[in-house]
Amino acid sequence: MHMGNREVLLEVRNLDVIFGKGKSKYHAIKDVSFKIYKGETFGLVGESGSGKTTIGRSIMRINEVNGGEIIFKGKPINGKIPKNWDKEITQKIQMIFQDPMASLNERAKVDYIISEGLVNTKSYKNEAERLEKVRNALLEVGLLPEFSSRFPHEFSGGQRQRIGIARALVMNPEFIIADEPISALDVSIRAQVLNLLSNLQKQNDLTYLFIAHDLSIVRFITDRTAVIYKGEIVELAETEKLFANPIHPYTRALLSAVPEPNPYKERTKTIEIYDPSHHNYDKEPPSFTEIEEGHFVLANEEEIARYRTTFKIGV
Amino acid sequence: MGDNNGKSRILSIQNLIIKFKLRGQVLTAIRDISLDLYKGESLAIVGESGSGKSVLVKSIMGLLDKNGYVDQGEILYKDYDLAKFSTEKDWLKTRGREIAMVTQDPMTSLNPLKSVGKQIEECVVLHQGLKGKEAYKRTLKLLTDVGIHDVEKRYKQYPHEFSGGMRQRIVIAIAVACNPKILICDEPTTALDVTIQAQILQLLKKLQEMYGLTTIYITHDLGVVAKVADRIAVMYAGDIIEVGKTHEVFFNGKHPYTWALLSSLPQLGAKGEELYSIKGTPPNLFKEIKGDAFAPRNPYALNIDFVERPPVFKVTDTHFAKTWLLHADAPKVELPKNLQGFFEEGRRYAHGE
Repeated sequence: MHMGNREVLLEVRNLDVIFGKGKSKYHAIKDVSFKIYKGETFGLVGESGSGKTTIGRSIMRINEVNGGEIIFKGKPINGKIPKNWDKEITQKIQMIFQDPMASLNERAKVDYIISEGLVNTKSYKNEAERLEKVRNALLEVGLLPEFSSRFPHEFSGGQRQRIGIARALVMNPEFIIADEPISALDVSIRAQVLNLLSNLQKQNDLTYLFIAHDLSIVRFITDRTAVIYKGEIVELAETEKLFANPIHPYTRALLSAVPEPNPYKERTKTIEIYDPSHHNYDKEPPSFTEIEEGHFVLANEEEIARYRTTFKIGV
Repeated sequence: MGDNNGKSRILSIQNLIIKFKLRGQVLTAIRDISLDLYKGESLAIVGESGSGKSVLVKSIMGLLDKNGYVDQGEILYKDYDLAKFSTEKDWLKTRGREIAMVTQDPMTSLNPLKSVGKQIEECVVLHQGLKGKEAYKRTLKLLTDVGIHDVEKRYKQYPHEFSGGMRQRIVIAIAVACNPKILICDEPTTALDVTIQAQILQLLKKLQEMYGLTTIYITHDLGVVAKVADRIAVMYAGDIIEVGKTHEVFFNGKHPYTWALLSSLPQLGAKGEELYSIKGTPPNLFKEIKGDAFAPRNPYALNIDFVERPPVFKVTDTHFAKTWLLHADAPKVELPKNLQGFFEEGRRYAHGE
């Protein structure tokens, strides 16, 4: 992969998010930076409370950002921005939510749910065009156009998630934030929705930010992955490199905890436990260092030296 | 289904049919199931939502919804036939005391208005007849057993002061407080993070040894199954379609539904290619099911699958499956490509041991 020549679609630079004030202040995101290239699927993994959803919401501009920049197609999208740019990114960046049972308006028909974004941004000329757009979006996610006159409760979990995806697609986005899009679904439905997401990516030239905690799915669907721990990215690499050669102790602990569908391996496996007090960051604070091509890890110099020798990575 | 290397049976379900009355219609949730549970083992029941796995264990606990009833069959435990129990008084003989349950969501299964210590002590007092200081001491011991530190302080705290993983530990402490023989874990870790999940599963395994428990896990996560189960029962549309030792079902599965479940694992998919997914939807349980319930979604279905329900075929002494493919006259079918590799890998591990 030639990182150098690829177009950067979204860049997050030194992002800081702080919730609350004074005593109850909570530093949710600490100096997070990453780039997402056009056409790729970028994975963000971490435990609950690590801040992965907060990053997604900051890009969606639902959360306020306290420091740093978010740049989409070369232009900042946070802070004060011109009105027409604001309108454009509202349309270009869309989100798919985790729980299809909670994310659809129970009292609205599918037609309204899907076209709400269109109505808000007035991005259609006449009623016929709006109906046509809803129809196409439904067909794209494998639902029948007739469904548009039904209510969400008439659908199964998998179908509801498809409605959620159709609602994002109808805006003709370039970038979709998928926040745990399949963790609330059944095993057999998961595969269907995953396939749908990757087909849509090919057809519509989409870029995904895929937020998840299930590492087996992350490994399957993402091109590059960032591991986030307590508001900091501790490791970032191409997905296969990360899984084959995890370096940061937290990444290693996380990977070792994932149960594999192999009873022989599972019984003999030892689970690594991450102890943050192992780091000696008082004297020498860590920085985000490139340890091999495209593989970054949060560590200080002493640790980098140790990682290099232990994991036999070229200098 | 068969004998398990001479281990003694602790619970036996025979020809069980459970029905629900719903809006004037009758739904058959469990369709003629037989299953034995052996002392000291851990059995995993896997299947999609709606396959009847929760209904099955609820019938063992006496927690079926009001409109559900046992239509036929027996659930034998000690001298009791649980299927015949009708009053709360009957159920109190076994529920909690002999058979206890850990539920899915630790956020909703504790009383927010009572300190966790008191909630555990409640069970100790009720089921073990301990009082005062003794009950308190026993509660502290339970808290220690489930891996909670600083127990005297924790005893006084309320559920909202605990994290998800810690709350699940409390729920487990309540379940084992009454010294049950059988512990049912209904999706014990789905609401938890992977690192916490690993800890909770380890804890359950440890407690199983410490208290000599027999455990039933209900889950749809095959990774969890691989970690904890000795045997697996695969459920589909209210029926157990395959049962066997964990490695037998994983690496020598015989029912096409088992194949489909394994194939849809992302670990078996190749990057950039379609992940295998099961086409269609599960059958409507309001209607009578003819033949093999999985047949309409099954690419390997034979003609007979649509006509006659397959009987139980024996694969080994411990491994049974309900599919016509195991009949002597059935044509040989080739396994799905990605499964061939998976089974092959399993065989290598089996020989490596």
